Amino acid sequence: MAQFRQCPDTGLFFHKEAENLMKANAVAGVVCLLIGGILALLVVLTRWPAIHLLPADSFYMVLTAHGVCALIFWMIFFEMAILYFAGSTLLRSRLATPRWAWAGFVMMVIGAVMTLAAIFGGKSSVMMTSYVPMRAEPHFYLGLVIFAVGALIGCFVYLGTLVVAKNEKTYEGSVPLVTFGATVACIIAIFTIASGAEILIPTYLWSIGYISHIDPAMYRLIWWAMGHSSQQINVAAHVAVWYLIAGVIFGARPMSEKVSRAAYLLYIFFLQLASAHHLLTDPGLSVEWKLFNTSYAMYLAVLASMIHGLTVPGAIEVAQRKKGLTNGAFEWLRKAPWGNPVFSSMFISLVGFGFLGGISGVVMGTEQISIIIHNTIYVPGHFHATVVIGTTMAWMGLTYLLIPVLFRRKMIFPQAAKMQPYIFALGMSMVAVFHMAAGTLGVARRHWDMGFAGNPLGFEYPATAYLLMGIAGVGGVIGVIGGALFCIIAVGSLVFGEKLQKEAGLLQSFGVPLADSAYTNEKPARLPMAPAEAVEADHGESGFEAPGTFILAMVLLVSFVIYYFINWKYLSEVWGIS
Amino acid sequence: MADENNTDEREEDENISPWQQIIDNPFLLLFIGVAMPTVFYTLWGVMEIASIPVAPY
Ligand code: HEM
Ligand SMILES: [Cu+2]
Repeated sequence: MAQFRQCPDTGLFFHKEAENLMKANAVAGVVCLLIGGILALLVVLTRWPAIHLLPADSFYMVLTAHGVCALIFWMIFFEMAILYFAGSTLLRSRLATPRWAWAGFVMMVIGAVMTLAAIFGGKSSVMMTSYVPMRAEPHFYLGLVIFAVGALIGCFVYLGTLVVAKNEKTYEGSVPLVTFGATVACIIAIFTIASGAEILIPTYLWSIGYISHIDPAMYRLIWWAMGHSSQQINVAAHVAVWYLIAGVIFGARPMSEKVSRAAYLLYIFFLQLASAHHLLTDPGLSVEWKLFNTSYAMYLAVLASMIHGLTVPGAIEVAQRKKGLTNGAFEWLRKAPWGNPVFSSMFISLVGFGFLGGISGVVMGTEQISIIIHNTIYVPGHFHATVVIGTTMAWMGLTYLLIPVLFRRKMIFPQAAKMQPYIFALGMSMVAVFHMAAGTLGVARRHWDMGFAGNPLGFEYPATAYLLMGIAGVGGVIGVIGGALFCIIAVGSLVFGEKLQKEAGLLQSFGVPLADSAYTNEKPARLPMAPAEAVEADHGESGFEAPGTFILAMVLLVSFVIYYFINWKYLSEVWGIS
Repeated sequence: MADENNTDEREEDENISPWQQIIDNPFLLLFIGVAMPTVFYTLWGVMEIASIPVAPY
């Protein structure tokens, strides 16, 4: 008999088994973020030219561990928690086969530990991308494979839960939009993991000597089917989190469910094809392949992101205007709860992802422009905007939301929590912007010494490049402080936060079930179908319902166009015609 | 996107637009989401790389 409890504040239902899995996965994720953050400090202090902290060999080791820990482990553990939340809690359904979900979790932990052990053993400093013919120790690859299989089990548990919910009729009509977004993330995850298996299993066999040769071009092709797609799991999931938070905080409903779902459908069709943008400078692949996958397909996926980027603030604007905040174009935004870290994290995530990550991503995904920034520090600048300001901040906002709701603890240090999103965003925006600027001057990524001391084929960067890397270093330190603050508040609340329910003990914060007294055997009432949106019905009567959002969108467009042309100008200056 | 106004009287299986049926079927979506990149990115890419002639040595 499935046991549920209902959160008295939000009305959300938690299935006992699912709840523990959400906690365990979220906590494991935050631990990985913590490790990744400590490593980030070491990396950024080494790339700060005036400090140049680590010696070369440990720099590459630490950089490998930072990429793997932050990008793969933190993201995917947390995504598992989101899948279980979206499948079970949002659908008011029991989780399918919780035992399998636990098995998957244990595999993920074992895999993560194994890979990190290989990296810190010092003989697997092959970077997160582990391009052949660089060879890591076998358990580097094996750990990643085990981790991925664990995550795959989680995806199937999620799909199973969708089936259970449908059969047991726990909801009316279609699944809610947030669950739909999670489904899209899950689908992309399955392709991602399949591609990972396709490439990492042969590479593992090669590392133990069963296969004699892996073609580097082929490796890059298949690896990026995983590497890029895994970032799109993040995008699909953090967009779902934006909708969720907008709904919880403002009662905002998507401006049009149909349009939002159609945008998600574009993700399913096209987002993964954009993997090709990582190979724009690779020889061996035709222009047709590159253009089809990056131009035609990628722009359709970008269109989908722009739709989400428009409808989420649009929905907030409509909800705020209904509450009477109708003065001018932006009263709804000015009077938003900026002191609530759930909202501020989410909104910064949205704006940062769009302006910094989105614009730079589309620009560098243009075949001609790609070549001037390929393998420069511009690339880390870009993806810290997407994956840190975008995804990580969305996860942070969700964590603040879940501390009372899921973990049943009151957040500690509320004043610090108010500041945390701003500190983190300031630091990471500096990292993103100044890395991009330095990359425009040609500074290489993944490089220990930008001075090339003692190298026969050295190169002298302009002094500005050193200055820019120094400023990025300052930003990185601010970012690490903001990240540390998050970890302290999140983990501290689970340990020391005031209990909102007597059963929420210490171990219960980390995945041990609450005492039975917290649950009932009663089946939650069926999730009613959302009523048709008022906005959709009004169309055409009062012009555009969200003028402020429209202005924001135009600002984004103009910034994009200007920046796009600046880059073509740079490109034109690369080869002078005399 | 056919049929926008049947949301009100929707009772289980009756009157669900084809669009809605696609959207509501996660396994169909899974198929599309795996097939598209497998064909256009992976298979097409593998064919191109595999057809590069090997350098004589
Ligand atoms: C906490 C603040 C953070 C700082 C200061 C920071 C800083 C850096 C720096 C300086 C690099 C090295 C760039 C290079 O030399 O090529 C780097 C690489 C990287 N970072 Fe971060 N980072 C932070 C957080 C994160 C997070 C949260 C993620 C993922 C969610 C992440 C993902 C990556 C990845 C994937 C790489 C590339 C590794 C590689 O080239 O193999 N970082 N980071
Ligand atoms: Cu990519």
